[in-house]
Amino acid sequence: MASQTLYDKLWAQHLVTQRDDGSALIYIDRHLLHEVTSPQAFEGLRLAGRKPWRRDANLATPDHNVPTTLKERSAGNAGILDDVSRIQVETLDANCESFEIEEFRINDERQGIVHVVGPEQGATLPGMTVVCGDSHTATHGAFAALSHGIGTSEVEHVLATQCLIAQKMKNLQVRVEGKLGLGVTAKDIVLAIIGRIGTAGGTGYAIEFAGSAIRDLSMEGRMTICNMAIEAGARVGLVAVDDHTIDYLKGRPFAPTADQWPAAVEAWRDLVSDDDAHFDKIVELDAAEIEPQVTWGTSPEMVANVSARVPDPTDANDETVTQGMNRALEYMGLSAGQKITDIQLDKVFIGSCTNSRIEDLREAAKVAKGRKVATNIQLAMVVPGSGLVKRLAEAEGLDRIFVEAGFEWREPGCSMCLAMNADKLGAGERCASTSNRNFEGRQGYGGRTHLVSPAMAAAAAVEGHFVDVRDYDYDPGNNMGRADAGEMSA
Amino acid sequence: MKKFERLQGLVAPMDRANVDTDLIIPKQFLKSIKRTGFGPNLFDELRYLDEGYPGQDATSRPLNPDFVLNQPRYRGAQVLLARRNFGCGSSREHAPWALDDFGFCVVIAPSFADIFYNNSFKNGILLITLDEATVERLFQATEATEGYRLDIDLEGQRVITPSGEAFPFEVDAFRKHCLLEGLDDIGLTLEQSGAIRDFESRHRPSNPWLFRDA
Repeated sequence: MASQTLYDKLWAQHLVTQRDDGSALIYIDRHLLHEVTSPQAFEGLRLAGRKPWRRDANLATPDHNVPTTLKERSAGNAGILDDVSRIQVETLDANCESFEIEEFRINDERQGIVHVVGPEQGATLPGMTVVCGDSHTATHGAFAALSHGIGTSEVEHVLATQCLIAQKMKNLQVRVEGKLGLGVTAKDIVLAIIGRIGTAGGTGYAIEFAGSAIRDLSMEGRMTICNMAIEAGARVGLVAVDDHTIDYLKGRPFAPTADQWPAAVEAWRDLVSDDDAHFDKIVELDAAEIEPQVTWGTSPEMVANVSARVPDPTDANDETVTQGMNRALEYMGLSAGQKITDIQLDKVFIGSCTNSRIEDLREAAKVAKGRKVATNIQLAMVVPGSGLVKRLAEAEGLDRIFVEAGFEWREPGCSMCLAMNADKLGAGERCASTSNRNFEGRQGYGGRTHLVSPAMAAAAAVEGHFVDVRDYDYDPGNNMGRADAGEMSA
Repeated sequence: MKKFERLQGLVAPMDRANVDTDLIIPKQFLKSIKRTGFGPNLFDELRYLDEGYPGQDATSRPLNPDFVLNQPRYRGAQVLLARRNFGCGSSREHAPWALDDFGFCVVIAPSFADIFYNNSFKNGILLITLDEATVERLFQATEATEGYRLDIDLEGQRVITPSGEAFPFEVDAFRKHCLLEGLDDIGLTLEQSGAIRDFESRHRPSNPWLFRDA
């Protein structure tokens, strides 16, 4: 057989039928659902008198609309004060009940952001196809699972047929070689990649992240990177299987049973690109040259090194780009030439499917420990990615570190990443955020978002403006730790 | 899905790159559990001077006079002319639902984001990719000529200008067929139920851990 990339292998292993016109039917192993993109799909099934093809392939949890304050959360769905949000969550509950789909409801300890929940449950496994009505489904590619976001029509299609109509993508390898500097994390790698190739750089491609710097990352760091593949235009981000992958999964609730485990591991070991596999495009980065990153504009590609200055739109040699930069600077209330470290902030958000896992919280806590949130910061909030992440963080005392420093410690959910619940920026407010999108209005009408790593966000909270965490006195970990699967079992 | 018919559509220009789905339909409107009614909130943050929320009467809101779709000359537009990487960001199908509900059935741009591309075709919206130079010419023509219309011929895969100049475009055969016939994907796929079951009967023995119902 000809040499194959990891993506080629995953595609071939799930091909049901190939049509002459280039489209194909591919089989879906895991379908994750949340309340925002599923109601119309369930309604479609109901109207057509259809049933889910395979109930056990589906797993649901509400995440986008759930409140994150303890007071509201303790009342369950009734605590969702916005009627429209509450109806959406209740609709998910009712649909899961009537179609007999497993759901972790609002106050189940296993509830959380769907892209945090899947991996921590072992519901995401190597060699799977994973889809969800959410573009950040790319996250699950960290496990060498072919994973991508789909729209609501496709949610309905997957429910009804266990398949998706798809076209094969091209292969792009992003190779990051070398050692990261201290204080530089997975988030900085992926922001640097997006800065290099642009938000459309990966359109039409499945990206495989490779190289020694990726191999050195923990699974959580790899999830952070794959999560933002979509911000580079690629629906799919992948990392090959290695010991980190296998160690992470062992013992998780949905992982293979003890008697299946040896065969599973043997099959997973093959989920790597062949040595001489062909990539349509290769991009290389030197890990040692990557600095902590801060976005300054309204697209994730508008990103700069923390030591740099806000760029000058007139330096761009493309009129559309210059216009976009001017519009972004106006929206963001920034001027060309301003030092990134002079940007003063109003709020800080640590959370989202990009950076709300235990290692992210540990990094932020190391920076926050023994320090205080600056007086100009009106709100600094930490939102764990799931109930299990929250419990583990509390067992480690991270919640006390945050609270003593002046952060709010919240209940799990998507929260201010996209502000569908009550957590949002006011017009003109400026936020250091560990999330994934800095689009206009993303975190609230008129809100201004700067994307950064958890350590950078914590340091910004303490200083009231951006600082270079590499100059900070703490013990950085670079997403190179490993979460113990045993800690994540409910 | 409705069939895609050939049209002479009024063109409206959206002159900015990287129009994301948050801009097309802001998140507060994603709380709806319906597929319809998103048209009044298409490009909400650009279109109105106030902050929108679900369930409000859009007709009483202050319009942004500078926003292109608020200009009378573009009323009734069916073809949206856009710049590169249109539809980037989230997977929300509410974006094509909003475009459709507003009345757009065609978007022309130099490039589109992948998920948005898929979602649009599932809703009968034709996305046409033309090179940057051609798109630039169409922008100039649209802005210069009030009432500028383009003839959108999906069958012949051509965009034809009022002067008769034709620009060919690519579209994959399956999507074209579905659009022209107004076909329901799910029904088509279920015709292959046998092939799906055959696949499962091979897939399950080699990956038993992927099936939890045994």
